Amino acid sequence: MIEVEFLASLIAASMRAGTPLLFATLGEIITERSGVLNLGLEGIMIMGAMTGFYVSLVTGNPWLGILIGGLAGLLLAIIHAFFTVTLKVDQAVTGLMLVLLGLGLTGFLGKDFVGTVAEYITPMEIPYLSDIPYLGTALFSHDPFVYLGIALVPVIWFIMNKTRYGMELFAVGENPEAADTMGIPVDRVRFIAVLIGGFLVGVAGAYLSLAYAKVWTEGLTAGRGWICLALVIFSGWTPHRAIFGAYLFGGLDVLSFKLQALGLGVSYHFMRMVPYVFTILVLLVGVIREKEKFGAPSALGKPYIREQKY
Amino acid sequence: MRRTILVAMVLALLLIGCAEEQKEAKPSPTPAEEKLKVAFVYVSPIGDAGWSYAHDLGRKFIEEHYPVETKYSEAVPEGPDAERVIREYAEQGYDIIFTTSFGYMDPTITVAKDFPNTVFMHCSGYKTAKNVGTYFGRMYQARYLSGLVAGSMTKTNKIGYVAAHPIPEVIRGINAFALGVKKVNPDAKVIVVWTGTWYDPAKEKEAAISLLDQGCDVIAQHQDSPGPQQAAEERGVYSIGYNSDMSKFAPNAHLTAPIWNWSVIYSYVVENVMAGTWKSEEIWWGIDKGVVDLAPFNKVVPEDVRKIVEQEKEKYLKGEVPEQYPFVGPIIDQNGNVVKAEGEAMTDEELLSMNFFVDNVVGEIPQK
Repeated sequence: MIEVEFLASLIAASMRAGTPLLFATLGEIITERSGVLNLGLEGIMIMGAMTGFYVSLVTGNPWLGILIGGLAGLLLAIIHAFFTVTLKVDQAVTGLMLVLLGLGLTGFLGKDFVGTVAEYITPMEIPYLSDIPYLGTALFSHDPFVYLGIALVPVIWFIMNKTRYGMELFAVGENPEAADTMGIPVDRVRFIAVLIGGFLVGVAGAYLSLAYAKVWTEGLTAGRGWICLALVIFSGWTPHRAIFGAYLFGGLDVLSFKLQALGLGVSYHFMRMVPYVFTILVLLVGVIREKEKFGAPSALGKPYIREQKY
Repeated sequence: MRRTILVAMVLALLLIGCAEEQKEAKPSPTPAEEKLKVAFVYVSPIGDAGWSYAHDLGRKFIEEHYPVETKYSEAVPEGPDAERVIREYAEQGYDIIFTTSFGYMDPTITVAKDFPNTVFMHCSGYKTAKNVGTYFGRMYQARYLSGLVAGSMTKTNKIGYVAAHPIPEVIRGINAFALGVKKVNPDAKVIVVWTGTWYDPAKEKEAAISLLDQGCDVIAQHQDSPGPQQAAEERGVYSIGYNSDMSKFAPNAHLTAPIWNWSVIYSYVVENVMAGTWKSEEIWWGIDKGVVDLAPFNKVVPEDVRKIVEQEKEKYLKGEVPEQYPFVGPIIDQNGNVVKAEGEAMTDEELLSMNFFVDNVVGEIPQK
């Protein structure tokens, strides 16, 4: 019985911890599918976290906080899109600039409301389902954003695979020159993709401060943005694998606590390493399988300049 | 042309003369007029209700009560950055520099060598010099008192403890807390989960949830974030905070908290420097001096529990027990070994190198 209880608790924790990772990973998948690499997730996420928290603190409305957090992410994404898509500046450099900008700006602007208490998004009980032994705890006692994250996976899959915009997204990510020849506005498709991605990453940050950690402090994201970049590779740039990766990483992150609470003698030093070892392995697999067309868009990281040999 | 140069030179000399005259005429400031310059270096943000917040309350206290001018730097990482910040304060002529984290020990010693006329006070370290003193509080005493509360309030006899790093200070706190629990409730167990962080609200909250999932109905912490308090509040169970009163994060759950009152030490150091009587020493004060205490009780804590806590606290205040109390035998470790026989107190050296758990603690001390 303790095994079932433990499993239910671990699944619940994995979903909680994995949700901010899922939103950000889905956002970055859309961005990278268009051929734009955004390394600035950490900066965008923390900007969403701070802005969302502040809005909730001032208005008392955490839902508005999540929305404005997403818009804050979108605002930083506009900067990224302007530099990388419009001005054709190096994507990696611009992304790193966003990380520094986000961390620095939130550290400065968010200083005055560290330690304050805002209104938060709380878990909801789903009638009847929440009462199912073990399964209720594991799957049906979360906050609405956990379920929104799950619902977003098929929605994004559908957009990417079954809509005109999705087809254009693939086209500009794989071969922008051919897409341009076919009359697809490469820059516009990429710009929109970066904005959608930025919005979702901002939402991930706001979720972190308003539903998961329920606190604002400098450096709240604690490297999660970088983890999401690895999860994009792990997912092979596909939404349905992203949910598995996000929950798996979320689970690995909390597994140590679960095992210790059971009184099992686990190596605390080793368990702290596990999520990051996993990240390195993911990147390694990505490199090894690159030849097998692991899923990375062919034009990823390369600015498209018309008439330039690609 | 020559006349112009001559006039200019005479005027210049007159101006210099006047300036020097003025400089000499200015009386040297009296101690009352000259403000002592005091700097503080913090390892985390000061708004977090945690470690640095408690230190900053001490800074504000001396600024209000003494003729001092204070300045601080927050969220300074331990390492090269710390040395740079400490050195900058010394170069700016600060009279006293308080470095408030264990990891600032070597940078403090290094900078102090170059500034022999500056007083450096390092918190929680063990290295001193002619112009470097150390200071800390016997937090285990307050943790023991909070253990009395936790042991009295648990119904499941499972108390969770979210702990940062397996260092003697944290281990000492866990054991003192567990001895408090044991005194009022011999059947209760204290279950420890290590996080490996001092301040990560999300992780620390998740660690607390893991303990709650195992049936713990009181959560204690040696962490700087309010994460464990929030977890307890959300689950409708009780919690014991740390560093400062964390009740705003968990108004229903938060029973009390072992808290720091650094103003006692900061006042002592400032007074000594002002009087010219400061000398390097290793300060390790407890409840009797007011450096550590308990935050106000939640209204749900029954009167009889409060009485037990007050009685135990009185023992410290009246000197009825040694400073090392509750580490007075019989003390038995997890393996059933007698660490201290009946009536025998542990020494400060033993406390400072503590590396075992007492018998009502569930969990392991990770070995390197």
